[in-house]
Amino acid sequence: MNLNELGARIIVYFGDSGKVFLSESTCYAIILAIIIAILGIWLGSNLQDVPKGKQVLVELFVGWIYKFTEENLGKEFARSFAPYFGSLLVWLVFANSLGLIGLRPITADVSVTAGLAAVSFLLIQVNAVRHLGIKGRIDEMCDPFHFMIIMELISELTFPVTLALRLFGNIFGGMIVVDLWLNLMSTISATFCPIPILRCVTVIPLNLFFDMFEPLIQAYIFTILTAINMKRGMEGMSPETAEKRRLKKEKRQARRQEKKQIAQAG
Amino acid sequence: MGLIAIGAGVCMGLAACGVGIGQGIVANGAMHGMSRQPEIMGKMLVNMILAMAIMETALVFGLIISIILLGRM
Repeated sequence: MNLNELGARIIVYFGDSGKVFLSESTCYAIILAIIIAILGIWLGSNLQDVPKGKQVLVELFVGWIYKFTEENLGKEFARSFAPYFGSLLVWLVFANSLGLIGLRPITADVSVTAGLAAVSFLLIQVNAVRHLGIKGRIDEMCDPFHFMIIMELISELTFPVTLALRLFGNIFGGMIVVDLWLNLMSTISATFCPIPILRCVTVIPLNLFFDMFEPLIQAYIFTILTAINMKRGMEGMSPETAEKRRLKKEKRQARRQEKKQIAQAG
Repeated sequence: MGLIAIGAGVCMGLAACGVGIGQGIVANGAMHGMSRQPEIMGKMLVNMILAMAIMETALVFGLIISIILLGRM
């Protein structure tokens, strides 16, 4: 088995060196983004007070996205982050189910998912630092006890890795299973017919699961994990810990003052 | 050479075993909750699928490792 056959093909080369190129998934991703942008502009144009036709569907989806963001992020951030989560969700659903039209799914390429996960990671960290400040962020990381910062650091750093590999692995595994099934069917049908006739209908159940159900679930999970982690990052220290630390500090100061008074008296 | 193939198979099988047990426990808990309180079924279903998918990451890591192992054959 050759691993190179499983990766995305390179379709465009720039220059003669062969080092600058565009792979299949990048090209599809750009095309898909352009198509979704055009679709979004078309769906958002010509809005009326009484929704009719396409506007009903769009309002349903947009309302759902705003509600989803509000549930996961809280009211104050819902308006500013809902557009990002909505476009992420739509793009991921279409990118994952590209196998339906016979193309290679975009997210079955670890570079694409790693890029998405890096965007999510940066968004979470930058927003947490912007919202809490650097000191607040560090305080939040050592929330219940100070040594917990090690665990928190590990979990923050593994988050993008797991996010990327989860999406990649699920879509890639589905793609391999569908390919294996198609190969098996063409081998079987080659025994009695020159045309691979068995391939045409038998793959539909697999397509239903791996190209329709799994993409929806995985896109939803990617979005909701980003939202949950963003919420967790912006939350700050829990009130109980803050109260405990404040009491401890006061006690320490009182003791110091007592010592000082004793020294002055003596 | 043969050991690599066995390793890939064992890796996938053990990962699937553990993840299956874990997902079964999650589904068990969710079903109990749903039967006790059918009105929160929608929310419960979403949370159940979310928990299962997070668990599935371990299986996916197993899959990736076995693919890498097969590539070394």
